[in-house]
Parts: sequence; structure tokens; C-alpha cells
Amino acid sequence: MTDHTSQAELVRRSLKRRYRKERRFRAYGIMAIAIALTALITLFTDIVGKGYTGFLKTTVTLEVTMDPDLMYLDDPTDSKQVRMADFVSPLVAAVDDALPGATADDQDALRRLINPYASTELRDALIENPEWMGTTRTMSFLVHSNVDVYVKHKGDAAYSIKLTEQQQSWVDELRERGLIETGFNDVFFTNGDSRDPAKAGVLGAIVGSLLTMIITLVLAFPIGVAAAIYLEEFAPRNRLTDFIEVNINNLAAVPSIIFGLLGLAIFINLFGMPRSVPVVGGLVLTLMTLPTIIISSRAAIKSVPPSVREAAEGIGASKMQVVLHHVLPLALPGMLTGSIIGMAQALGETAPLLLIGMVAFIVEVPEGFFDAATVLPVQVFLWAGSPELAFIERASAAIMVLLAFLMTMNAMAIWLRKRLERRW
Amino acid sequence: MKLNKAFATVALAGAVAAMSAPAMARDTISIVGSSTVYPFATVVAERFGSNTEFSTPKMESTGSGGGMKIFCQGIGTQNPDITNASRRMKASEFELCQSNGVKDIVEFRIGSDGIVIASSKEAEHMDLTLEQLFLALGEKVPQNGKWVANPNKTWSDVDSSLPNKPIRVMGPPPTSGTRDSFNELALEGGCDELPEAASLSKDEHKAICQSIREDGAFIEAGENDNLIVQKLIGDKDMYGVFGYSFLEENGDRLQAASLNGVEPTQENIAEDKYPVARSLFFYVKKAHVGVVPGIVEYASEFVSPRAMGSNGYLKDVGLIIPTRAALMELQDKVENMPNLTLEELK
Repeated sequence: MTDHTSQAELVRRSLKRRYRKERRFRAYGIMAIAIALTALITLFTDIVGKGYTGFLKTTVTLEVTMDPDLMYLDDPTDSKQVRMADFVSPLVAAVDDALPGATADDQDALRRLINPYASTELRDALIENPEWMGTTRTMSFLVHSNVDVYVKHKGDAAYSIKLTEQQQSWVDELRERGLIETGFNDVFFTNGDSRDPAKAGVLGAIVGSLLTMIITLVLAFPIGVAAAIYLEEFAPRNRLTDFIEVNINNLAAVPSIIFGLLGLAIFINLFGMPRSVPVVGGLVLTLMTLPTIIISSRAAIKSVPPSVREAAEGIGASKMQVVLHHVLPLALPGMLTGSIIGMAQALGETAPLLLIGMVAFIVEVPEGFFDAATVLPVQVFLWAGSPELAFIERASAAIMVLLAFLMTMNAMAIWLRKRLERRW
Repeated sequence: MKLNKAFATVALAGAVAAMSAPAMARDTISIVGSSTVYPFATVVAERFGSNTEFSTPKMESTGSGGGMKIFCQGIGTQNPDITNASRRMKASEFELCQSNGVKDIVEFRIGSDGIVIASSKEAEHMDLTLEQLFLALGEKVPQNGKWVANPNKTWSDVDSSLPNKPIRVMGPPPTSGTRDSFNELALEGGCDELPEAASLSKDEHKAICQSIREDGAFIEAGENDNLIVQKLIGDKDMYGVFGYSFLEENGDRLQAASLNGVEPTQENIAEDKYPVARSLFFYVKKAHVGVVPGIVEYASEFVSPRAMGSNGYLKDVGLIIPTRAALMELQDKVENMPNLTLEELK
């Protein structure tokens, strides 16, 4: 009896300590979440803080006189004349006119205020409207990327280094008169890559990512689901299936660059497929995502209660009917979630694409599965390594676009699960 | 059953998409190779794409060696048409190309890249030899037949003819290509002039001759060459290592030390007289000319006066353009496309 009471007493005495222990345990958990959140918030504020200016472009409005003598051009419909014509001089003359203080010696400095590709824009506009020859028109052009960063980061000495003081005062003057303006950067969403930061865009990378992901989805989802169904529902349990299972789990942990090597050796060197195309990228990423999809699909199939199968078999359904009519619809939300997570992972990959040539400078927006293309994370990588200051903000802006895609995909996974899920 | 059929169709479509990819015709030029040439070649590619009916070539930055390997893999549109290099093709690479059926290669030497040791215009002009440069900046230097940690504190410690000023040199970090070339051409070049270097084994040679001192005399300044320029203007005892283009841009405020008696000028670098200069190349696979459209036109855009002339856009991005005679020769090459031979490389 005394023994009993003393034990109850012991428990009571230890209670306080045990509660304390539990509180500490909870505090560790909260701390872990706090650390993760701080890291995430720091990352986001850094990217957004650096990158929001990437969504802005700077343009200059000029009165351009299409002088045939200055341009060595009489007829813009004659392609031979157009090729030899000078489209830079009228632009420089227009900047000169806008700045009364500039002299004839300043031509070079003036030319470096406007975008190197403004002359191409002027040429294209003239080819479309030949009747403009000899007239003066008000047109808007992108500024040089050095001017662009100077205007956006006014007062930050690191961004004004590339402009002379004279050029800076010209830009300030034009800005005060409202000729240099900053607006939404539509170029960023309608152009492919460019060596000129002001003209560089993410459209090529977005389309490349989409094409690659379509191939990955079309191949990885059916193959993964079929493999999972067979292994879970039909395969006998023996050494061979155990061996396969272990190897699928191993594959899920293989570094992604290995899949790139495999893709290079098999798809490009053996099958002779072209380099840098979304088809090969999609195939490589399929190999990479397959294990993830198989493992999550098997887990989803396993979580379907056996009673459902037994009931269906009890009323005379064949094995195939059980799987297709009952197990698969119930397991589908889990399978889809797993696949979307796997796809989101594939969307962020660069390493396997390096070896199959998708890490490349590609200006044109791809139009099909066999056009050279690059993907969003690669675009970030390429811009982050470029020497021009203006590319830093473009890289951060591209990261934001990539994050938006990832968030959409994850939100879709949650929505699908909520929508299709059935609870017991 | 419906679901089953849908799966089968999708799987079949995927399989067909995967298998129906024979070496198909390509209308975009594919270029690989050096990361040093990449910033110049991409500008040419983009101009070429926007000024002609041809599509813009696609360019991978694989490094010179990596580019050669892919380039020499064989003939056929799955392989690239052009490779860029910041050094000449090696004889072994030429042989690899030959054995894979890439018989006819045309070489274009497109200009140079020089590395200078600059200081403020107000500082005393230095005339260095590569040997003195190594003794000033090498991590280990020979003393009484042994390699010891570099004891030289001032330039006059290295050689009494040099100014009595502390050795302080700012330069690019190891991730930079400029640093690689500086280590290879300047330091190793100077090290090789020392009699003690001859007795080193191959591994030791590389480890000793390409190591820069880390005791504060050499200051890593990050990739921002503009920052080095700013520092040099502010401090006339400081020296800086960077590409020739920055010297030219800031020629009114900076001067450069001459190396082995040669001043870094456009002409001396273009003619390979300046010791810390390297040439840049690109190589064209002749078998692809006519198969992939635009190769000759791309090459001709590259060597045109509007790109490599004295007011060319490549000069704007910092390329040391070839002499006028060399440029004319390049233009002849585009017309005649002479084959590269093994003898030229040996």
C-alpha cells in the first residue's frame, strides 16, 4: 500500500518537470519553424528588393527626322538599300536636337545614351511604313542599359560609373523635361534572351520550360502510374520485385547531373537527337521525375482501404475492374499531388540540362519541341553570370517569374487534392 | 476501360514523339566553346540574327576544351557547326576531329585579349620583366636553392631598379578567366625564366608557378573591374590587374607597366608582342556549310568592318581587334575557306 502511494507521489512530483520538458520540446519546434521562416523572408525580400526594378523599362521620346541623305536610303522597300543604310545617324541627330548643349564632338557620347538596337527598331518601322521617309516623327525608343540603371537607381554611385558626368547631366535634363520615362517593362515578357539587358526577356525561357514540362508530363505520368499500379496490384512479392523496388528508391536519390550524362550518352550520342531541344530535356527530366511519381503513386494506392477492393471483388468485379473503377479514382488525388511536386522539382532543374546543351544563349522564342530552347532556371543562371549591372535585376525578376510558376503548380496540387479527395 | 485506352494513347504518343527524332535538318547555327569568346560571339550572333533573314545562332558556353570535344564528335546536324576557343586547337584535338570524320576545319583568329598591370598616371612608370613579376607576386620564390614563402615586401626588394614602394596589387578572384590567363601567362611565364623551375616535377611546377601569394600583397577585388580602376585613381601606390579594354577606357587616368620591355598597346597585343596576351579563335566545320544555312554569312559578319573595324561594335564590348592587314586576311579566309592542317598546329 505504502509502495503504491509513493509511486503516485513520485508521478505527481515529476509532473512539473515533465510539463516543462514538453514545453521545451514545443519551443524547439516553434524555433525550427521561425528559423525556416526568417530564411525564407530574407530570401524573398532580397530577391524582390533587387528585382522589382527588372519589371521596369526606361524609354526616351525623340523627334526623329528620316533624312534620306543622312541615312543613304531613298526607298525602304529595297532590301539591298536597307542593308547598307545608316539607321544610327538619325537617332544620334535626334538626341542632339533634344539637347541644345551638345556639340559636334559629343556624337559618340550621345550615341551611347540610346539602345544599340534602337536602330533596328527604326529600320523595321520604316520597312513597314515606307511613306515615313523624309518626315519627322515622334518615336519612343529604349535607352542604353547604362542609362536604364542610372535612372532607376538615382543616387547610387555604383550604377552611375558607366556614364560620364556630362552624360549624367544630359540624362537628368531629358528626364526633367519628361522625355525619359520609366514604365512597365513589357519587353521583358515579349522577348527572348539578348546580350543587351534592356532588350532581354523571359518569354523564350517560359515557352522552353512549358514545352519541356509537357514532354515530361506526357511521358512520366502514364509510365509512373502504370508502373505503380502493376507493382502494387499485380506483381507477385518475390526477390525480383523487391530488387526493383529497392532500385526505384535508389534512383530517386541519384544526383540529377547523372541523368544529364545518361541523356547525353543515350538520346544524343546513340539516338542522334539534336542538342538543346525541349524533347531531349523533357526525356531527361522524365527519367529524373519517374521515381518520385512511382513512389508517391504507390503510396496513394496503398492508402486505398482494402475494404473497397474486397467489396468490389465480392460483387464479382474482375481484378482489372477493381483497379480501374475503384482503386484508381480513389488514389488519383495522391498520384496527381505526387506528380505535380515531381514536375515542380523538374521545373527548377538546371544541372541535367547543362550536358544536353540547354544551357545556351538562345534569342529566338522556340516554336516547337525540336527548336533550340532554354528554361527559366537556366536563364537566371546565365543572367546572374553576365557582367552588365542591369542583368542583376533582370536575374532577380526572372527568379520571381520562376517562383510564381512554382507557386501556381503547388497551389494546383493542393486544389486538386481538395477537390478529388474522399475521406473515410 | 476508357481510362485504360486514354493511357495507352498517351503512352503511344509519347513513344512516337521520342522515337521520331532522326538527325533532322536544322536551320539554326549551333555554336559551342570558350566562355571568354562567348560575350563577343553572342553579340555577333544577335546582330546577325536581327540584320539577316537567318535565325539567330544558338550558343553554349562550354569552355574551350569542352567545346573542342563536342565539336569533334562528328559530322551531322546533331553536332555543332562552330566552336569558339581562347587558345589554338591542340594537335591532339585535331586528330580527334579527324578520327571522327570531321576532316575539313577552317580556323579564324578573331583578335586578342591582353592583361595589363596598371597604376595611376601620377605613379612612377614601371618596366617589369615577367621574372620580376613572379618574384613579386608568386606564393613561393627560390632562395639559396630552396622554395620559400615570398619574403619580398617592396618592389625594390625584388630588384633595386624598381621603386621603393610596398607591393600591393589588386586583381580578379580565382573564378575569373582573367585570373586564369594571368596565372598561366604572366606568373608561369615568369617562373619558367628562373633556373630553379626547371628541376620541378610537373605537378610541383603547376602548384608553385601558378600560385599567387596570399599574405595581403595581392588583393582580390571581386569581378568588378570598375572598382579596381576607382581604387587605382585614389591610391597611387596601388597596382591593378585587369583586361586591356579597361585601360583603354580609362586611358586618361591610368598607365600600364611595360612587360619584358613591351608596352601594352593595341598593336603590340594584336601582333602578339606583348607577353600577357592570348589570341581568340573560332573554328568552322566545313562539312556543315550548305547543310545548315548561314554559316558563311555568320563568319563574314564576324570579320566585317562593322564588327571588327576600328569603330566596330566588338571593339565597344572590349575585343582587341586585329590589325587591318589581319582583318583583310580574315575576309579572304571567309571567301576561300582554306582547310586547317596538322602541320600548322604543331
